[in-house]
Amino acid sequence: MGLDKIWVFGEANGDAVATITLEMLAKAREIADTVEVFMAGDGDDYAEELGDHGAETVHATGDLDGVMQGVAVASAVAAAIEGGVDAPNAFMLGTTQDGRDVAARLSVKLDAPVITNVVDLEVDGDDVLGNEPVFGGTVDVKTKNTSGKPGIFLVRPKSFAAESSGGAEADVEDLDVPDLGAAGAARVTDTFAEESDGPKLDEAAIVVSGGRGLGEKDAYALIEDLAKAVGGAAGASRAIVDAGWVPYSYQVGQTGKVVKPTVYIAAGISGATQHLVGMKGSKNIIAINKDPEAPIFAVADLGIVGDVHKVLPKLIEALNS
Amino acid sequence: MKVVVCVKQIPDPADPGALDPESNTLKRDAKLILDESDSYGVEMALQLVDTAGEGSVHLVSMAPNNEVGGLRTALAMGAESATLVSDEALKGTDALGTAKVLAAAIQRSEPDLVLAATESSDGYTGTVPEMVAELLSLPSVTFAKSIAIDGGNAKVQRQTEAGYDDVECPLPALVSVTAGVVEPRYPSFKGIMAAKSKPVDEVTVGDLGIDAGSVGWAGGGQEIVSVVDAPAREAGEVIEDEGDAHERIVSFLEELKVL
Repeated sequence: MGLDKIWVFGEANGDAVATITLEMLAKAREIADTVEVFMAGDGDDYAEELGDHGAETVHATGDLDGVMQGVAVASAVAAAIEGGVDAPNAFMLGTTQDGRDVAARLSVKLDAPVITNVVDLEVDGDDVLGNEPVFGGTVDVKTKNTSGKPGIFLVRPKSFAAESSGGAEADVEDLDVPDLGAAGAARVTDTFAEESDGPKLDEAAIVVSGGRGLGEKDAYALIEDLAKAVGGAAGASRAIVDAGWVPYSYQVGQTGKVVKPTVYIAAGISGATQHLVGMKGSKNIIAINKDPEAPIFAVADLGIVGDVHKVLPKLIEALNS
Repeated sequence: MKVVVCVKQIPDPADPGALDPESNTLKRDAKLILDESDSYGVEMALQLVDTAGEGSVHLVSMAPNNEVGGLRTALAMGAESATLVSDEALKGTDALGTAKVLAAAIQRSEPDLVLAATESSDGYTGTVPEMVAELLSLPSVTFAKSIAIDGGNAKVQRQTEAGYDDVECPLPALVSVTAGVVEPRYPSFKGIMAAKSKPVDEVTVGDLGIDAGSVGWAGGGQEIVSVVDAPAREAGEVIEDEGDAHERIVSFLEELKVL
């Protein structure tokens, strides 16, 4: 087959393994003989689910007591490799806050490059290549790790389909965190969730997103009302998140969430590269925008050149009646 | 309080240009401007120094040429001085090489706090700040949506997938900020005039004690093996709203059987 071994960075949402981790496991077991997970937290809590998705072993640090995952997990992995643990040919980490932190710290520790924004991996002999879209997904680039060290790949969410392999519960092994010194001094003291009601943005079949074309913060209610009317989730462009109209958890794009719903409705969104990267994979795209030249129309299956303040209220009324 | 802000000068995103067919790296021969993402870090630094009642804001940047246009913008906002690592050898430098250069330049000013954007608008690897922290053995908090300094501690709200975490971090530390963390000021006319005479210290990688062979495209340990146009998504039906466009949307949704 392909590689001997891949290590996938495991992340969790409460009791469940994060979707991005399961997605990466599906790809990892396709291209490597042995797939193992490394993660913060208690490996026993996730060994069954990870095993069911193809992981043979879970290397887990145990409770970090608020220490940031980036420094703790990267230091633990580097120490394990130095201590003689058989190093993988490649690391896969999700493009998430903690995934990026771990990848960056690990890159320095191993003096190995990080190949970022990867949406696919392929094996060519002993080499691992990452495929990444650039310029808003108009150009595909393949990058080979030539460092002679394990490749570190940051993988974008929704690049692969998570799928059970029916594997047995994974073995759990301790991943000891060494003394972190000053670098380990940051501590999480409290955690807050700001998820909205209804289906989750990255899981909903219909996503309705609003942008600067709404004109003002109060007009975002139109987006929420439409999302409710179609049983979907409400999202936003980076422009209005930056403007403080809605929290970051609503953001769809390069930064923010990657969504691939059955229908994506972009209202008052021009279609900046930053946004297109996060929603171009949607099966059907409806765009409503005043400017007929807006780039969003280039990817829309149905484009409405019009004023969102006129179209949306009528649409919401028609759907609710 | 001494704050160093990492800033990047990038091609204008309105005209992002293309890949250089020889090196497959982003062409940077057009005029470079301050990455908008970095204006938030600059503003945050200015506000923190203002709140502390003492201190200064210093910029650190790197470029393969001696471009300073973007730095002047940040100086006009109120930063005091800048270090530009300018060296032909930096052409094509990847994230890790960039972090090594920035870390070496930052170390010279012994800051209490290092700020950076979470990611640049042109390369968006989103890894450089955390690499800099690791190289300098600093604690770090990435994706900050607010920062307050309380004595020798930074109190940060860090964005997470689900919401945010409160994080406490003793100084010196590195914090990367999200766009929108503060409202960046527009440089005043006075600021723009003053920026012209503010010190910009240009150094080479050699001045920082870094081997030129360890940076640049050759130093990166990665190689672009192919660049192809992605299959374009076909544009669909576009109609002008004559007051009844909502009906077309409803019928479109009905055809897809999602209602």
